[in-house]
Amino acid sequence: MSDGLDIVTTPASTEVLLDVNDLVVHFPAGRRGMFGPPSKVHAVDGVSFRVRRGTTFGIVGESGSGKSTTAQAVMRLIPATSGQIVFGGDNIADYRGEKLRLTRARFQIVFQDPFSALDPRRRAGELIREPLDLLDIGSPRERDARVKQLLEEVGLPPQAADLFPHQFSGGQRQRLCIARAMAPEPDLIVCDEAVSALDVAIQAQILNLLKKLQRERGLTYIFISHDLGVIQHFCDEIAVMYLGKIVEQAPGNVFFSAPLHPYSWSLVAAAAPPGPLRDRLKRDYLVKGDPPSPVDPPPGCRFAQRCPFVIERCHEELPVLNVQAEHHFVACHRTGEIDAPDFSSL
Amino acid sequence: MSSVSSHVLSVQNLTVTMKGSKGPVPVLENLSFDVAQGKTMALVGESGCGKSMTALAIMQLLPEDFVVSAGKILLDGQDVLTSSPRELRTLRGNKMSMIFQEPMTALNPLYTVGDQIGEVLRQHRGLSRREAHQQAIQFLKAVQIPAADKRIDAYPHQLSGGMRQRVMIAMALACKPKLLIADEPTTALDVTVQAQIFDLLADLQDNTDTAIVLITHDLGAVAELADDVAVLYAGRCIEQGAAHEIIAHARHPYTRGLMACVPHLQLGKAAAHSAPLDEIPGMVPPLGARGPDCAFLARCAFAAEVCRTRPQPPLDRVDPGAAVSCWRHMEIAP
Ligand SMILES: Nc1ncnc2c1ncn2[C@@H]1O[C@H](COP(=O)(O)OP(=O)(O)OP(=O)(O)O)[C@@H](O)[C@H]1O
Ligand SMILES: Nc1ncnc2c1ncn2[C@@H]1O[C@H](COP(=O)(O)OP(=O)(O)OP(=O)(O)O)[C@@H](O)[C@H]1O
Ligand code: SF4
Ligand code: SF4
Ligand SMILES: [Mg+2]
Ligand SMILES: [Mg+2]
Repeated sequence: MSDGLDIVTTPASTEVLLDVNDLVVHFPAGRRGMFGPPSKVHAVDGVSFRVRRGTTFGIVGESGSGKSTTAQAVMRLIPATSGQIVFGGDNIADYRGEKLRLTRARFQIVFQDPFSALDPRRRAGELIREPLDLLDIGSPRERDARVKQLLEEVGLPPQAADLFPHQFSGGQRQRLCIARAMAPEPDLIVCDEAVSALDVAIQAQILNLLKKLQRERGLTYIFISHDLGVIQHFCDEIAVMYLGKIVEQAPGNVFFSAPLHPYSWSLVAAAAPPGPLRDRLKRDYLVKGDPPSPVDPPPGCRFAQRCPFVIERCHEELPVLNVQAEHHFVACHRTGEIDAPDFSSL
Repeated sequence: MSSVSSHVLSVQNLTVTMKGSKGPVPVLENLSFDVAQGKTMALVGESGCGKSMTALAIMQLLPEDFVVSAGKILLDGQDVLTSSPRELRTLRGNKMSMIFQEPMTALNPLYTVGDQIGEVLRQHRGLSRREAHQQAIQFLKAVQIPAADKRIDAYPHQLSGGMRQRVMIAMALACKPKLLIADEPTTALDVTVQAQIFDLLADLQDNTDTAIVLITHDLGAVAELADDVAVLYAGRCIEQGAAHEIIAHARHPYTRGLMACVPHLQLGKAAAHSAPLDEIPGMVPPLGARGPDCAFLARCAFAAEVCRTRPQPPLDRVDPGAAVSCWRHMEIAP
């Protein structure tokens, strides 16, 4: 590539920025019957993963699989039931008060719906400045300068500072959310379906912007999306969640050339480009129906009810994440035993 | 009324304007397309291009301040625009129905899904309460809702997004419409559910011969479901033709831009990961800010002197099945 900037791609950093260990998040879900024991939603049920600095960690999975809950628990926006969250070397899972407040500034989040994420009564400039004021970063003059610089970095004109959120288009609002997230110079930004509500043209603009910011500032992203094309383009590593668990995790190139979990096959079959290969993948791997309730998850493999390859053992014994190759983990009793889809006829 | 045309829907020179303080503002200009029985017409384009307005004009559900100022909309030969409110109610129930983008806003949270589908059946098909209930279960089964006989008593909030969208489809189909308008039916859903809904629409169409107008900004959905496509930009149709033709050889710079900026899933390969996506710079001009020349001018990589000196390019027929509105489409053909 001729453009000088593009040669400096993110080096395969080895520094682990975030190390999540056995994270569990349960929500109360009323009682079973009038006098029964209280039941709970097993939103996230023992999730472990590592994110390296300067890379993008993608999370995919059906609606309700626990993607947002995982991200929000990691950011300490909702309490974890148990587990360790090691961020930059410190376990922040039980930080409180001032220490928690300062740590929170190191990660920011960008949501799907840019409109509801912004206070409609405040001007863009104030919205971007707010995290700086709250965290007491820089002098007032420095803060003003930073707001200007951020607007420019996300591709908004300086006059935008005086406008209210409703005066922006959807794409511009998302730029504003990104500028606000960048303000306190975080190490990690969670993008929770950040481009899902945008049309394809604006989506491309925002993805390129996020990539550019990553290249220039060494940002680390956790990127949640249900669009596998976007995930493949954007992520270095991919985790697939199903009913509160990670069932497969792999580097992007490995995942999209040789996925190993039957649920991953179903996801890929659903998203494959039209043609004979897709028809075959759908026939052999696409599952129907809905996942079971997270209130009473099945005791064995959580995918057993829908898995085309289920055997007796799957209903009884919970498969754990096993290493299949370097950085490639899979939770399935039958890995190696069943034929993986063949993408070669593409 | 017997219809001479074989088209279920015929939209002719549809023009919609919004009442503005400085006079009428064009929203849709001169839009024409036909949909035959059993065929699917896709309307694509960026947010704000006028896709939903087209749907609402056909249904005669335009928001206040928006009016059809010229053109014709024929549904099964009958002019929708000159129909009385009573005739329209019958048309909307019996001949056309619509699936909205957000199913939650279209379902009544206070009634069970069985009551809501049953209501449609009783009104439009004159069934008794018991018959309607039985039929409603059949419709839920047809849209592949598991345990339909139990889910029939569920309230909308007790269903997942995918199931609610399937309930919407069941409701839209309950009156066996000749025309189904689906406004971004899967945007809010995850991929597996999207694939299920597309399969479902395709199957239902095979069985019922319904004509479908599919509104989407997902070109993958177009490739999969549509026979024909109209690409809208700033309220104007800028390219129109057979879906496979446009997907394979788009001619208009805007359509080409839309296709190029999508990161396509590539199985079996490592993606060209670090290369930036192609972008269409800038944004769609808002209502009232559209000039007399090519609406895409400010964003077009192919813009040249001709485009700046001439008015808006006409939608020229370039092939029996294709039309494009661009002064330079011959010169810039890929
Ligand atoms: N505050 C809450 N109280 C109770 N249950 C909750 C709460 N938040 C989430 N859940 C449940 O936890 C599970 C995981 O939800 P989560 O929002 O993390 O899913 P997700 O993977 O992000 O889904 P989506 O793709 O729809 O955003 C779901 O069953 C959800 O209904
Ligand atoms: N109630 C309204 N009042 C004023 N302007 C409106 C209203 N609804 C839509 N518009 C404007 O009308 C134009 C066409 O909107 P329309 O809803 O048809 O777009 P669309 O193509 O469906 O976009 P999307 O993909 O975002 O749904 C846009 O410029 C939009 O801002
Ligand atoms: S453990 Fe069994 S049920 Fe689970 S994914 Fe593997 S084969 Fe399927
Ligand atoms: S007429 Fe000119 S500006 Fe408009 S799309 Fe064609 S080349 Fe671009
Ligand atoms: Mg979520
Ligand atoms: Mg719309």
